[in-house]
Amino acid sequence: MNKVLLGLVLGAILGAIDGMTAWFTPEARAQIAGIVIGSTIKGIIAGLLIGVFARKIQSLALGIVFGLAVGLLLAFIVAQMQHGYYFQIMLPGGMVGLIVGYATQRYGRGPQRQRT
Amino acid sequence: MKQLSDSVVAKLRAEMQVPDLDGTRYSVVRQLARGGMGSVWLAEDTVLKRRVALKVLDLVAPADDLAARLLQEARILAGLEHPGIVPVHDAGTLADGRAFYCMKYIEGQTLAQHIARKGLPDKLRLLERIAEPLDFAHARGFIHRDLKPENIMIGAFGEVLVMDWGLAKVGATGLKLAENEIATVVRPTQNSLRVTGQGSVLGTPGYMSPEQARDSTTEVDHRTDIFSLGAILWFMLTGTTPGELPAGTGSMPRPLRAICERAMAADPNARYQFAGEMTADIGRYLSGAPVLAYPEGLLERAGRLYTRHRTAIVLVAAYLLMRVLFIMLERR
Repeated sequence: MNKVLLGLVLGAILGAIDGMTAWFTPEARAQIAGIVIGSTIKGIIAGLLIGVFARKIQSLALGIVFGLAVGLLLAFIVAQMQHGYYFQIMLPGGMVGLIVGYATQRYGRGPQRQRT
Repeated sequence: MKQLSDSVVAKLRAEMQVPDLDGTRYSVVRQLARGGMGSVWLAEDTVLKRRVALKVLDLVAPADDLAARLLQEARILAGLEHPGIVPVHDAGTLADGRAFYCMKYIEGQTLAQHIARKGLPDKLRLLERIAEPLDFAHARGFIHRDLKPENIMIGAFGEVLVMDWGLAKVGATGLKLAENEIATVVRPTQNSLRVTGQGSVLGTPGYMSPEQARDSTTEVDHRTDIFSLGAILWFMLTGTTPGELPAGTGSMPRPLRAICERAMAADPNARYQFAGEMTADIGRYLSGAPVLAYPEGLLERAGRLYTRHRTAIVLVAAYLLMRVLFIMLERR
């Protein structure tokens, strides 16, 4: 699996898990479908960006920092739209980015270099 | 008649051993090593102004047979152009009648010296590099037959060289030098029994395969070197030769023990069939993948996977734990 696809899949899975945990919050249960879809899309966007970054730059440390930054940024945007819950949204979002950043650097097939 | 003292005799003997390099482009610097059938000298190539190593036969040896053997060794080396095999520059006969060949002078350490301060991964990567020239030689029909730590040199730039092809056997695809032309018993050295020719044993105990020890010349093929390679791995991991008391083998990882045991199987068919096959298994071990020589249990597999993906597992576990904590906090 290449790094971009790995980022997409991992972002989608972790995003979906992230969204599904809203089920445990009674007041959010009614909108659970929308939350899961939104969270999955957020995960996919984060995974795509992090995967593309990992494809371009091979550095575990930079990959983790970039993943964390993307995860936090997207989560911040979501929290802004929610007008609150910054900690509850941004901490898991940052962790998802960090995990995807690590995984795309450590695993996944890099670009094939052509010999000239 | 007055008798010469022992010290004078020893000095005369030492003088006699010094090769007569008159008429050649070389001048002797000093002796580097002594072997069963001759000695290796550090010499100066006076034309190219560089240091070389000369392998010269003993004057006292029955020269014809040994000269043929030395020439065979030189030809084998010349036919094996590989970064892991010391290159031969020249071969011939000296003014005193002794056969010689000239090779690159390697300044470096023996395997035993080099690995003294190395960790396990470095040792395993080193073995992979020892196997490369061996695989190369096997593919061309040559068998070393005397692989041991003393015959592995690590050069000043980290290059790994397989030395002393004096017992090498030429296979069907190699040089057409008949092995039965040579039937010579060579003086045993301190640790090795080096006897060549039909009806006699050659090799070094501890590193010699069972079929080689039986002198089964029909059975001996390139897999005898695989046995020696396994014994070298054993030495690198334990500091002992196989058969000696296994000091510290308890700490040897089971997959590596299994790799050694498979390489040193009594039946050549049960061994790795090629040096590359063995190093592939070592590569699997290094990358955290399962090795072919060792069927692992479920717990061992889980342990290996955890070791291989520890960071990822810890990160995901931390994420899930955080999620559970959030849920618990919200429920309060």
